[in-house]
Amino acid sequence: MTAHSFALPLVLCSAFWGLVGIAAPWFVPKGPNRGVIITMLVTTAVCCYLFWLIAILAQANPLFGPQLKNETIWGGRFLWE
Amino acid sequence: MGSLFRSEEVCLAQLFLQSASAYSCISELGERGLLEFRDLNPKVSPFQRRFVGEVRRCEEMEKTFTFLQQELRAAGRLPAPCPESPRAPAAREALRVQEQSEQLAQELREVSRSRSSLRDRLRDLRQHLHVLREGQRFTSLPVGPGVPAGLGREPILDPSLHHHLDRKINFVAGVIHPWRVTAFERLLWRACRGYLVASFVEMPEPMEDPATGESITWVIFLISYWGEQIGQKIRKISNCFHCQVYGYPESEASRTEAITRLHGQIQELSTLEETEKYLAEVLDKVAQVLPTWRVQVQKMKAIYLVLNQCSFDVTKKCLIAEVWCPVRDLTQVQDALRQGSVSGSCFVQRVPTTESPPTLIRTNKFTAGFQSIVDAYGVASYQEVNPAPYAIITFPFIFAIMFGDVGHGLLMFLFALWMVLYEDSPRLRQGTNEIWLTFFEGRYLILLMGAFSIYTGFIYNECFSKATAIFPSAWSVATMANHSSWSSAYLATHPSLTLDPNVTGVFQGPYPFGIDPIWSLATNHLNFLNSFKMKMSVVLGIVHMGFGVMLGVFNHVHFQQRHRLVLEFLPEMIFLLALFGYLVFLIFYKWIKFSAADSRVAPSILIHFIDMFLFTSNAENLPLYPGQVPVQMVLVVLALASVPVLLLGTPLYQWCRQRAPRTVRPRAVGGFMGITRRGIQHDFAEIFMHQAIHTIEYCLGCVSNTASYLRLWALSLAHAQLSEVLWSMVMRNGFVGLSYVGGVVLVPVFAAFAVLTVAILLVMEGLSAFLHALRLHWVEFQNKFYVGAGYKLCPFAFAPDTWE
Repeated sequence: MTAHSFALPLVLCSAFWGLVGIAAPWFVPKGPNRGVIITMLVTTAVCCYLFWLIAILAQANPLFGPQLKNETIWGGRFLWE
Repeated sequence: MGSLFRSEEVCLAQLFLQSASAYSCISELGERGLLEFRDLNPKVSPFQRRFVGEVRRCEEMEKTFTFLQQELRAAGRLPAPCPESPRAPAAREALRVQEQSEQLAQELREVSRSRSSLRDRLRDLRQHLHVLREGQRFTSLPVGPGVPAGLGREPILDPSLHHHLDRKINFVAGVIHPWRVTAFERLLWRACRGYLVASFVEMPEPMEDPATGESITWVIFLISYWGEQIGQKIRKISNCFHCQVYGYPESEASRTEAITRLHGQIQELSTLEETEKYLAEVLDKVAQVLPTWRVQVQKMKAIYLVLNQCSFDVTKKCLIAEVWCPVRDLTQVQDALRQGSVSGSCFVQRVPTTESPPTLIRTNKFTAGFQSIVDAYGVASYQEVNPAPYAIITFPFIFAIMFGDVGHGLLMFLFALWMVLYEDSPRLRQGTNEIWLTFFEGRYLILLMGAFSIYTGFIYNECFSKATAIFPSAWSVATMANHSSWSSAYLATHPSLTLDPNVTGVFQGPYPFGIDPIWSLATNHLNFLNSFKMKMSVVLGIVHMGFGVMLGVFNHVHFQQRHRLVLEFLPEMIFLLALFGYLVFLIFYKWIKFSAADSRVAPSILIHFIDMFLFTSNAENLPLYPGQVPVQMVLVVLALASVPVLLLGTPLYQWCRQRAPRTVRPRAVGGFMGITRRGIQHDFAEIFMHQAIHTIEYCLGCVSNTASYLRLWALSLAHAQLSEVLWSMVMRNGFVGLSYVGGVVLVPVFAAFAVLTVAILLVMEGLSAFLHALRLHWVEFQNKFYVGAGYKLCPFAFAPDTWE
């Protein structure tokens, strides 16, 4: 219904997970658990970013569209838009 | 991070202990729990060891304690847990404890005995009293041809007994268990054929059964009979039925006299009260000291068992103990020895060894859960890379891929949060249910699993199987309808229609976070989701496995086997990336380069991949990019070329090293292969065999493990379908009526929905996803780098006392 850009979410998400995975490890306080916390931050960032990236790339160029029931189409057409 | 990345350095050390201060030194070391003692007398039987006498003494004391504990429990008292942990007692103190405990046990036995005998006597007297009293009811009335009126049962009376009235009447009186009354009566009637009159009445108050201890309302019976033989029969029958028979005097006067006498005797038994009081006092004393004694004697026994493992160096009059000690704790050990020994004469000395030391990985309450799931498969070999720090995140993440649902994840997260916030409450910690304890131990694991499930739920756009439109959907139905002129009449005749992304304006860009909500309304949503989830599983699987191979680098570097970097790591990486890394590239390339415009001729990645291996091509399957075929040929040749390198590289290298003249520096090669210094052909065959197995496992494993990661797709599909079924077939029925009645109907429908959600989707699916995530970690991830053939360091420490 509304246009979504591809670049904006890409930049925002990359920035966010980059912050978590690359910038935040520098600010972990020194202590016995520093290594574990840094590992956790980096692993989380990599996993979550990759997962989101796969989700958005899979939808970026769809090869086919959704098949809707006629009731859904009627509702979407005449009630929503 | 130190310890969690790989296990700590552990060294073999010898402790030299003076005989006099050996006990206190070991006690000190036990309090700190640092070392694992090795048994230096393995061939000596337990009965021949040096300190067997002391151990036996401890066991005797423990027997006494068990007796005291049983007595306490029989009296219904619970011993209080020990407030602070007492130290192991010195020899003199131990002796005192032994004497006192035996004395207390003796006292307790005597008092109990006298108390039980007094109680028996009292019960006997009271029963007799009751029998006499109740019997009065029957016998104080004149015995006549009429039926003597009695409470309870009607007496058995044969009218034909009239002419026997002038004979002398005898009585048998006693007490019988209420359950046996009917059988008793019947047997009496059959045996004596009416030559008796039996009356039964219940005792006014219940009394204790001496055999079982439970309180029963006994039944008093009074049998009046004629004739000697009848009397004998009756007495025999009463014996059979375990009745307590009391003498029943004939005349009224003697009966009253007996009653008064009994009353007097009962009064005399006032000593019973004093006995009870004394017993309570003794039990109090026992309850007070027993916990401390138990802990002390347990520690003492543990220390003597450890001392039995030391070898006694008679010439130097000192004990030698061999221990595994973490290198970091050597100073602490020295400290403990200094504290324990009188003159500071005990010391520790490091000893070189070729044996593989035990693995020690220090964890805190958060990391312990994750380390335990890694250890469940196999304890890490000494100083190899520990997969646990990565599993802290990858395990919940892989679980969440299979479980992705915001609602379910939120429930799981809140449950774990409750456990974590109240983890110090004694009620939670001291649960005895094993299943609850398992969940409680894994509370941090469940917390992370829930958190990641919320994230993946947002990406899958599923909240209790419903999609949320946080951002408006990118697909425009109106544009498609206008373009194809879908009027209401047209819609009525066509049950389902497809939106075509080729039409401008229908698809307006990818949904920024997750899956577009329109797919939850589409009937062909599985077509899209299956493709998406399968590709996602394969991509994540290959990334996970590649990470596993990279972790092997740390092992190669640490164990000074740099040749393996070139001869094993490189071919492995090339094989994986050339084939499966290329697959990942194809997936991403197709996502980016091919759009709806070429949807009719979009190439199939799977067919390309298969053709790549078979060196064929399919005319209908267009290439993804120009020059694809030669590129693929090169990659396959590269991958195939890396296999013989992997197969023969390391064995040949080691063979050459052994053949070459040895230089003066003998390097200790620790770790996996146990190579002997002499290059025998036999050894080379074993090495070669090992490497062949590794190569075959790796290459075939790459293919099968990649396919194995498709379980991520399968389980997430199952979860989505289950929750959709639950919604459409259970919850939707609650929305049938929009009236007040409908509101009332909604309550039980929601209850059913909630119960089924928790039982099926949270518990069953949760356990299933947990299991599969565990399998993916243990097999697919860890077989790329993990050996797991170590054993844990079990330090000698006084375990916290478990009070059953």
